[in-house]
Amino acid sequence: MSISDPEIVTRSRRFDVDAIRADFPILSRKINGQTLVYLDNAATSQTPRQVIGALTDYYERMNANVHRGVHTLSIESTEAYELARTKVATFINAPEPESVIWTRNTSESLNLVASTWGQANVQAGDNIVISAMEHHSNIVPWQQLAAKKNAELRYLGVNADGALDLASIDSAIDSRTKIVAVTHMSNVLGTVVPIVELARRAHQAGAVILVDAAQSVPHMPVDVQALDVDFLCFSAHKMLGPTGIGVLYGRKELLEEMPPYMFGGDMILEVTYEDATWNDLPYKFEAGTPNIADAIATGAAVDYLTELGMDNIWEHEQRLTAYAVNQISKLEKVKILGPKDPSLRGGVISFIHEAIHPHDLGTALDRQGIAIRTGHHCAMPLVRSFDVVAAARASFYIYNTESEVDALVNGISEAERYFIR
Amino acid sequence: MMGRNSERGGTGGLGDLDDMYEAIILDHYRSPRNTAPVDSPDVDIEVNNPFCGDEFHIQFRLEDDAIAEVGITGRGCAISQASASLLAELVKGKSTGEVRAAVDSIRRLLKGEKITDEEADVLGDIEALGGVRKFPVRIKCALLSWVGLDDALKEHLAR
Repeated sequence: MSISDPEIVTRSRRFDVDAIRADFPILSRKINGQTLVYLDNAATSQTPRQVIGALTDYYERMNANVHRGVHTLSIESTEAYELARTKVATFINAPEPESVIWTRNTSESLNLVASTWGQANVQAGDNIVISAMEHHSNIVPWQQLAAKKNAELRYLGVNADGALDLASIDSAIDSRTKIVAVTHMSNVLGTVVPIVELARRAHQAGAVILVDAAQSVPHMPVDVQALDVDFLCFSAHKMLGPTGIGVLYGRKELLEEMPPYMFGGDMILEVTYEDATWNDLPYKFEAGTPNIADAIATGAAVDYLTELGMDNIWEHEQRLTAYAVNQISKLEKVKILGPKDPSLRGGVISFIHEAIHPHDLGTALDRQGIAIRTGHHCAMPLVRSFDVVAAARASFYIYNTESEVDALVNGISEAERYFIR
Repeated sequence: MMGRNSERGGTGGLGDLDDMYEAIILDHYRSPRNTAPVDSPDVDIEVNNPFCGDEFHIQFRLEDDAIAEVGITGRGCAISQASASLLAELVKGKSTGEVRAAVDSIRRLLKGEKITDEEADVLGDIEALGGVRKFPVRIKCALLSWVGLDDALKEHLAR
C-alpha cells in the first residue's frame, strides 16, 4: 500500500475518525472522571451536531404543521418533511418515497405489519416463520397474531456458533407459510443473516418476507430491491438520528392492500358523519400530526451517513470488530458468543465472564467511563439457549477506535483485579 | 497493562467502587454463608429476577415461630449474592416477626429513608448494603432474596 494510492487517500480522508468524533459533542463528556468510551451503539447511537442542528433549525425557523396550511412555514415544513422521506427512500433504494412510512420505532413498524397485513392475511392453519435469534419486538407481535388466528409460529434454528441454521429452512417454510420475519443482524450475536436466500425461499413458497433491519441499516449498505424484501423496519436513533422515529418500508402493492393501523387526521381522504375513506400512501399509515422535527433530523442523519459512505462504515466496523474479537479473546476468563469469523458478523460482541456477573462488570466498566450493555438484550430465549441468563455486550459505530477497544479490555482486567481474589 | 484510572495517577484501580462493594459485601460474595440444603424445610422457594437472570433457592425450617435452619443457594451478581448470604446470617434464630421487621428496615434503608438506631443494631453488617443506594438500578439486586423471603413468610403464616 502506497500513500500516494489515490483510492486509499480518498478513503482515509473520507473516513477520518478524529474528524468524525469532533462532530459528536457527547464524546468529550467525562463519566466518573474518565473520557466517555461509548460502546452501547446497538442500543442507541450518539448524535452529531449536524442532526442536532437540523432539530434546532426546524424549531427556530420553520416549525409548523404539515400537509395543512397555505402559509409559508407550513409549506416549508411539509417540503422538509417529505424531502427527509425521499432521502430515506434513496438510502435504502426504495422504488418510490411513498413506500416509506414514518413510525415511532422498529417495534411500531413490526406491530403495524403484524396488526394490519397479518390480521388480513394470516388464517387458521397458516404458519409464521421467525428465527431463534430475534429481538423480543420481532417475536411477541407474531406470538400474539399466531394465538389470535390459531396459526403456528415456527422458528429457524441457530447453530452453536451463532449462525442461522440453513437446514432448518426446509422444515420451517412450506406452502402454509404466510410470512417470514427475520432479523438482518442479530443484536446479541452480531450474526448477519442471509436475507437474499431467505427472500428467495419465502417467495418460492408464496410467502412475504419482513426484515428487522434495526441493526443493519445503520451499519451496512441495505438495498431493499437487491435483497428483494417485502417489508423492512428500522429506527433512526440507532443511525445517528433522534429517538422517537422509525421507518417501515413496504412494497407498494402490499401497503395499498393493507388496512390502516391507526385512524384520525391526515390518514383520511373524506370523512362524513357516517364513514370515511382512506388517504393515499404513505399518509394512510400516518394518522395525526407526525413527528415532523425528528423526521427532518433523520434526513440529516441519512445525509451524514451517505457522505461517509455505507461501504466505508461497514469496512471500518469490520476492521474494529476483528480487532476486538482478537483482543477480547486474549482474556482467558471471557467467552465471546456468536460467530468467531469476524466477516460473518457485525460490530456487536456479546460476551460472558466466567467469574464476574455482567452487571458487576458493567458497573466496574462504568466507573472507568466505559458504557456497555448488560443483561438479556431483549432476546431472553436466545440468551438462555447459550445456557446463560445475562451477558455483557460491546457494540461499535463510526466514531469508535482501537484504543477504545483497548480501554474495554483493560477495563475488564481491572474488574478482574477487583472482584477476583 | 494499567487501567484507565491508574494511567491518570488516580486511585489505582477501582477504589470508588467501594461505595457499593464494601469489604463486607465482597467477603460475603466470595464466600457465601449458609449454603447447605435444609432437611425437611417448612419453606422452600425459588426467587428470580428475569431481567438480570439472578435466581436463588431459599429454604428454612421453623421451630416455635423461629427460624432454626436456613439454606440459600443461587447465582447472581455480587450484590444479590452477598445480600442473600447476609440475609441467611441474620435470620437464623430470629422469630418470623423479627425477620419481617428486618426486611422492612432493609427496604426503607435502600429507599434512602432513615432507620432507627435500634433497627441499625439489628441489621449490623447488613447496613453495608446501604451503599447500593447510589446505584439505583442495583437496588433490586440487593432486595431480591429479602423480598422473596418476606413473601414466603407471609404466605406460610397465612396458612
